Amino acid sequence: MTFSILIPYPTIPCLTHFRPVALPLVVAVNGRRKEVREERKINSMLATRALRLLGSRALPASVCVRGGHGVAKVEDYALPAYFDRRENPLPDIRFVANLSPEQKSLKEKEKGPWASLSNDEKIALYRISFNQSFAEMNKGTQEWKSVVAGMLFFIGVTGFVVLWQRKFVYGDVPHTLSAEYKEQELQRMLDMRINPVEGFSAHWDYENKQWKK
Amino acid sequence: MTKKRLVMFRAAVRLSVSGVRSLTRSRPQYAAPLAARCYSHGKQETDEEFDARWVSYFSKPDIDAWELRKGMNTLIGYDLVPEPKILEAALRACRRLNDLGSAIRILEAVKDKAGPHKEIYPYLIQELRPTLNELGISTPEELGIDKA
Repeated sequence: MTFSILIPYPTIPCLTHFRPVALPLVVAVNGRRKEVREERKINSMLATRALRLLGSRALPASVCVRGGHGVAKVEDYALPAYFDRRENPLPDIRFVANLSPEQKSLKEKEKGPWASLSNDEKIALYRISFNQSFAEMNKGTQEWKSVVAGMLFFIGVTGFVVLWQRKFVYGDVPHTLSAEYKEQELQRMLDMRINPVEGFSAHWDYENKQWKK
Repeated sequence: MTKKRLVMFRAAVRLSVSGVRSLTRSRPQYAAPLAARCYSHGKQETDEEFDARWVSYFSKPDIDAWELRKGMNTLIGYDLVPEPKILEAALRACRRLNDLGSAIRILEAVKDKAGPHKEIYPYLIQELRPTLNELGISTPEELGIDKA
């Protein structure tokens, strides 16, 4: 039985998965247990698709298609991704995967002394590896203004709706809220001496029939 | 340092376990006396030991790109701004790997790491100036990419 070997990540950038090989299958045939080796068929289409997906990355073909065994289809989302984040300053891959000839020659020049590079060349090298600089990624958008504007707009619309409702939807208030009724309520409360010590009636001057100053 | 020896010793004597995380060769075992104040088990690593560990990590002559990235991303994850000597070792590692972009990115990252303490980054650049001149690394300010 052959073992699946996890190929170390740094050397083979394409592979985060196993090299699939033979899997032993136990099959009951006519009451007798018989070990059968089942081998995965090459799907040459998948292998070439995988190679195409990865573009110009150096791929040792001997690993990916070897001895009649293929590679499981490499999904895009399973590959290392580039992202700009403050807490991950050096992402797993360069931003630009396929270098143009000028960029390739620039990369060659990078192997020499860096003092011989002009500022533009240094910026170009930076932009090959990274998408946004820290300043650009931290900048923030003006989106909050649209958000606040939207909030205020909808609060205003709600205000209009409320006013319309008050005029056209709601009926009259109960008669117990009319001014005369309220005066009678007040007189009754004073007659009952509600809270005469510190509260309501304590503030009414019964001699002079007015509120205490 | 195998698990078996750890178990054997723990019954009798406290052991330093700070070497387990080390990315270089493992620390020699020794019996440490119980600390007067026990924060957690084992000895606390001093700042100098921390710095030395990271300097030796980046100073590996055949460091590869993955290790540089891993080291840098881990270092930025800590709640500190790395010492200039650690950054110098990291920049030299970038030089060995012929990666100028990463060198500039490292400078940006430590400036971002300093946060509101605006005086840290100029100090770092001042300390790193000889290395920057020697290797020909421009700072983000000199290249104009520090402004969005």
